[in-house]
Amino acid sequence: MIGDAKSPRLMLLVVALVALVLSAVPLPHVLDLLRPDFLLLTVIWFALMLPRAGGLVTAWIAGVALDAFHGVVLGENALAFVVVAFLVHRFHLRMRMYPLSQQALVVLLLLLLYQFLLFWIDGVTGHPLNAWVRWLPVATGALLWPVLTGYLGRLLTRR
Amino acid sequence: MPALREPGARYAPPRVSTLGLRALVLIALSIGLMVADHRQQGLAMIRSGLSAAAWPLQMLVHSPVAAWDWLSASTRTRHDLLAENESLRNTARENDLKLLRLEAIEQENQRLRALVNAAPRDAEHVQAATVMRVDLDRLRHRVLIDRGTRDGVTRSQPIIDASGVVGQTINVGPLAAEVILLSDPTHAIPVQVERNGLRTIAVGTGDSDRLALPYLPRNADVQADDLLVSSGLGGVFPAGLPVARITEVKRDPSQPLAIVNARPAAGLDRDREVLLLWSKPRVALPEAEPPPPPAPQRDTRAKPRPAPTR
Repeated sequence: MIGDAKSPRLMLLVVALVALVLSAVPLPHVLDLLRPDFLLLTVIWFALMLPRAGGLVTAWIAGVALDAFHGVVLGENALAFVVVAFLVHRFHLRMRMYPLSQQALVVLLLLLLYQFLLFWIDGVTGHPLNAWVRWLPVATGALLWPVLTGYLGRLLTRR
Repeated sequence: MPALREPGARYAPPRVSTLGLRALVLIALSIGLMVADHRQQGLAMIRSGLSAAAWPLQMLVHSPVAAWDWLSASTRTRHDLLAENESLRNTARENDLKLLRLEAIEQENQRLRALVNAAPRDAEHVQAATVMRVDLDRLRHRVLIDRGTRDGVTRSQPIIDASGVVGQTINVGPLAAEVILLSDPTHAIPVQVERNGLRTIAVGTGDSDRLALPYLPRNADVQADDLLVSSGLGGVFPAGLPVARITEVKRDPSQPLAIVNARPAAGLDRDREVLLLWSKPRVALPEAEPPPPPAPQRDTRAKPRPAPTR
């Protein structure tokens, strides 16, 4: 399952960079609202499938990178990523056993928690934005999960 | 625990789980970062470094659009170019004429201001910047421009386009700067109705075609189609730049405040190119006198009405 032992970290880096780029690719407004949190989904996958190479520190670094890339308060996404990655890491053995639909449901809850943390931090730092569109990527992210997990699984693990 | 380390074990869990501890440390670190960054002083260096590190990726995101622009520009037909050239030349001629008159008026203005002992208007210079096609945040109205501290850009610097105020810079990196647009829900700009000098504040709504003026009393003298210009208060935007045009005024007799909406003059969500504006006082202020942060004497308008009382 752990796959290519010689350079999983390099592959993680490449996949994370691709996710980071996808998070900022210019899209029409409607699609932009629906854009799933690619980087978080990737981090969840890392914590689920490669918990040793892609653990909490990876999640934290990814979060800080996202903060810097999108110009929000440094640490905002980092905090939310670490919380989500902690939960996944803690239950990764159990989550791997779930059927895909149930896994997607858990991912939905994790994305919901992530958005709630962001909403909360936005409120504390003084720009509360309570728009309902904030919650759209939760649904699209959960819908994307089965595709993403299949794709990353083929890409990163040796059959 | 040797059993877990025997060769052939494909997955060995950590011997003592420090997972919770590590999570706590990282969470504490994140909170520390947020506190330090939110105060904006401590992390300026780190932020600027991170911004420089993000630059190649941002260029990568921007490059397909830039390549398409280049391609469509270099495959234009000669006929199109000639037509465009012709119309540009006409506009340039008209602008030259206007400019001639403007220079005379500006000199007259300087003389008159000297007569009434008013501070001279600020000298301005502008630099063009390209808006990069990078989606920063779907909820906030922020864009990235390709100028940074290397080009002399500073924080809270006004950004305009050919038709009005666009926004101001917030995070400035060495190569790129982030601009908060007028329509961002957390942005507010001090404005003045051009017709009568009435001062108020225009705040963003999260909709790039609408600004709200929530602090006008019901009997305030505003009407649809009034032009709002920046008032120069607050010290970020120089006075007299067009900001928005009022689209609707609703006066509900049961409410103390009028509901006033305006449409930004600049094409906030359409601009590809914007201008960075530097303005500095034409003569150095005497050192002894502390510069007053709001400078009402800079306003060119006739005596503005006193601020409306609630």
